[in-house]
Amino acid sequence: MLAATALSVVFLRDLFTIVMLFGIYSLLSAGFFVTMDAVDVALTEAAVGAGVTTVLMLGTLALTSRKEKISRTPPSMIPLGVVVVTGLVLVYGTLDMPSLGDPDAPIHQHVAPRYIEQSYEEVGMPNIVTSVLASYRGYDTLGEVVVIFTAGLGVLTLLGIGGDDRHRVRPPEMAHHLVLRVISRAMIPLILLYALYIQFHGDYGPGGGFQAGVIFGAAIILYTMIFGLAKAEQLISPLFLRYMMGVGVLIYGGTGVLTLLLGGNFLDYDTLAHDPLHGQHYGILAVELGVGITVTAVVISIFFYFTGRGSQSGEDEQ
Amino acid sequence: MIADNLPALQVVVPLLAAPLALMLRRGIYSWLLAMLTCVVTLAMSIALLSEVMSGGTITYRMGGWAPPWGIQYYVDTVNAFVLLIVAAIGTVVMAAAPTSVASEVRADKQSLFYTAYLLCLAGLLGIVITGDAFNIFVFLEISSLSTYILVSLGNDRRALTAAFQYLIMGTIGATFILIGVGLLYMSTGTLNIQDLAMRLGPLSESRTVQAAFAFTTVGISLKLALFPLHLWLPNSYAYAPSIASAFLAATATKVAVYVMLRFFFTIFGIEFSYEVMPLGTVLLVLALLAIFAGSLVAIFQDNIKRLFAYSSVAQIGYMILGISFASQTGLTAAILHLFNHAVMKGSLFLALGALFYRTGGVNLANFRGLGKTMPWTMMAIVIGGLSLIGVPLTVGFVSKWYLVLAALEQGMWPVAFLVLAGSLLAVIYVWKLVEAAYFQSPDDEAAAVREAPLALLIPTWVLVIANIYFGIDTSLTVGVAETAAMGLLSSGGAP
Amino acid sequence: MSSTLGLYNYWIVIFLMMVGFYVVIAHGNLIKKVVGLNIFQTSVFILYITMGKVDGGAAPILDDAVTVYSNPLPHVLILTAIVVGVATTALALALIVRIREEYGTVEEEEIHEQDESL
Repeated sequence: MLAATALSVVFLRDLFTIVMLFGIYSLLSAGFFVTMDAVDVALTEAAVGAGVTTVLMLGTLALTSRKEKISRTPPSMIPLGVVVVTGLVLVYGTLDMPSLGDPDAPIHQHVAPRYIEQSYEEVGMPNIVTSVLASYRGYDTLGEVVVIFTAGLGVLTLLGIGGDDRHRVRPPEMAHHLVLRVISRAMIPLILLYALYIQFHGDYGPGGGFQAGVIFGAAIILYTMIFGLAKAEQLISPLFLRYMMGVGVLIYGGTGVLTLLLGGNFLDYDTLAHDPLHGQHYGILAVELGVGITVTAVVISIFFYFTGRGSQSGEDEQ
Repeated sequence: MIADNLPALQVVVPLLAAPLALMLRRGIYSWLLAMLTCVVTLAMSIALLSEVMSGGTITYRMGGWAPPWGIQYYVDTVNAFVLLIVAAIGTVVMAAAPTSVASEVRADKQSLFYTAYLLCLAGLLGIVITGDAFNIFVFLEISSLSTYILVSLGNDRRALTAAFQYLIMGTIGATFILIGVGLLYMSTGTLNIQDLAMRLGPLSESRTVQAAFAFTTVGISLKLALFPLHLWLPNSYAYAPSIASAFLAATATKVAVYVMLRFFFTIFGIEFSYEVMPLGTVLLVLALLAIFAGSLVAIFQDNIKRLFAYSSVAQIGYMILGISFASQTGLTAAILHLFNHAVMKGSLFLALGALFYRTGGVNLANFRGLGKTMPWTMMAIVIGGLSLIGVPLTVGFVSKWYLVLAALEQGMWPVAFLVLAGSLLAVIYVWKLVEAAYFQSPDDEAAAVREAPLALLIPTWVLVIANIYFGIDTSLTVGVAETAAMGLLSSGGAP
Repeated sequence: MSSTLGLYNYWIVIFLMMVGFYVVIAHGNLIKKVVGLNIFQTSVFILYITMGKVDGGAAPILDDAVTVYSNPLPHVLILTAIVVGVATTALALALIVRIREEYGTVEEEEIHEQDESL
């Protein structure tokens, strides 16, 4: 099924359909991840891949055009050749790979067992993925938050400032649909609550800062779509968001600096309390909060900037 | 406390300064913060290098966890040297920034520029200092994404397409590296570089490892702009704001060369890379192609930023050539050229930035009569050009010297000859500029142009003087490069 | 030996990766390129996650009832990679919007033509 979806992207010209198909591809992957026991990843892929990415692409389509033009030059064989060679090299590489699911594969020895066997004693939480993500490899996750921050910076730089005012067309508000208004007024707080749950429950079940941030952002996006950009910007000003983007990173990094000041290495949470396990707990709580704040701010900002940049008319392409 | 945590702070300081820079909305405040950060970062890199040179390798555990369960920072001579290069260029270029950026980037985007610059700096430093393969990927993306932003801030609309093209090619490269790292992880169960080195030793027959090698090489080559994967470079350097071009041209590809060195010599090991895989030959051929194609195309460029961008493709060819020899001298040449090229191109692009500041263009036409109207700027360009050619008393000569020596050591007389031939091509395009500047008179508009402001001239000349100084007194740079090369050659895991 | 069957999974993933890769390099429409890039990257994630599965294992959340767990490390790496991917996509799409404003098109060929004529 994944293959069929992917292939159809190659051959279709209607970009809207392609984006939808990509959303399906992403959701199918998320389902696959669940069968592979990767529940955190599935949640993130669903929220981020099928959710955020698809929304952004649709936004871009609204601002550009819907159909791919037919190329005037005949397609060359070079790309196909490159792809075939690359694929063959990869297949060559698989010939020595261990079988799917083989518990004796090298990947499961050495590093992974310690996480599984000792993370509860050393970090103190059931979700091993969170232990690794926020503590053992917490520095990578700091890098990840910075990546999100950079994306927010980038969209701010490209779309947040400038743009031709005469081109600006506000997307039609849907506020006059009574049903939508009522339902969303009820749903949005629930979604926000769910986001908070995911944020703080990430130690025990799938979840954590990223997923929570995306869901939180989604609630605000829903609000914006129904009630219009102007009202949403009154509720949460873009300037506030700009600060929040940075605040999350500073909280994360600041936790690390704090551990330095307390005599440990950077991001060594053991130093944060008398009992190392409590320290770990506080540290992870803090950094996940930082992640959640930055992700929320960036997701909302990106949506605001894309919607705020209207174009002449949506459908001026054949 | 600072001394113990120096490796972490080296990256964390610019990393955390970035969001602060974003919050300071006026460009000049962001610049002040950025400048301060750069100076502190430079001081730290100097401290690290001297510590490594006297005391040996430094390691640091992030989060207090022992590797390979946690991420480890690993500093030996070669990466301490590269840290210094990146930090030094970052600082000097930043010193020239306010004047140039104020004229090229609109006021409300200036603090965004400095934020992206700091992120790029932190990203590059993070790539160099880490001892974890996946951590390299994360910081690679930090530096890449911020680079795309920097390029896109250029005021020509072609900056946008250049940034997009770079984004696509860069992401493909990063994904290839991710695939390679994944395959390595699959074969060994670890991500720590030193650990990988040990575990890969007995695995040289594994086809998975060979595929991993292929993917990481292609991915890194894309980031390096090794011919023929260099297509993103000319446009990105040409249309980015001048300060961005100066910073990127002098640092980004150097860091990619370092990653290549780390993967080939430490992780895969010299026997695997050169004997099991035909790396030496492949690199040799591509390097020579890069040198000639880059130099030839440069000759025909009218946009001088693009000319020097193609010249960079050629210079990267020289570095890869040194690596292809896999010898002490060859590696010394390559590592030396990391420093020398950074100094050369840094000064050239800063000088071009000054030219753009005064004349609003960087085409050949803008060079007419420049010898009279902007003598100091032009002299900086001339010296940079002489260095590219490899004239004695400039750093360029020192690199070429070691390169030729390395070729001769291997008995490759034709290659040595080709290196010298490449220099002749450089003469042609440098002469183009000299002729326009000194032997043609400016038209009326150009004649009114004054010399560049001191704010731009001083940083440029700092690099020019470095160019000459390190071309004459090579003990420092060659000494470090030789130690680094020795360290690399012995760092691979024994089979 | 189930080795071929075990490899079959990997080959499907490789096929998916190559489809995405092809779209990126062969198509001229910028938005399609970005979609292709995403398919390429998502397929790489599938590769990593497939590596991490252990037969009879469960999701790596500690539970007294479970004895065998699937490997948590690939999950962590891919979580990071997904985020990096969406960050890149957001930037790419923002660039496309600006390119459309400046050039009036998002087809690579047409952009080239406009630049060549300068």
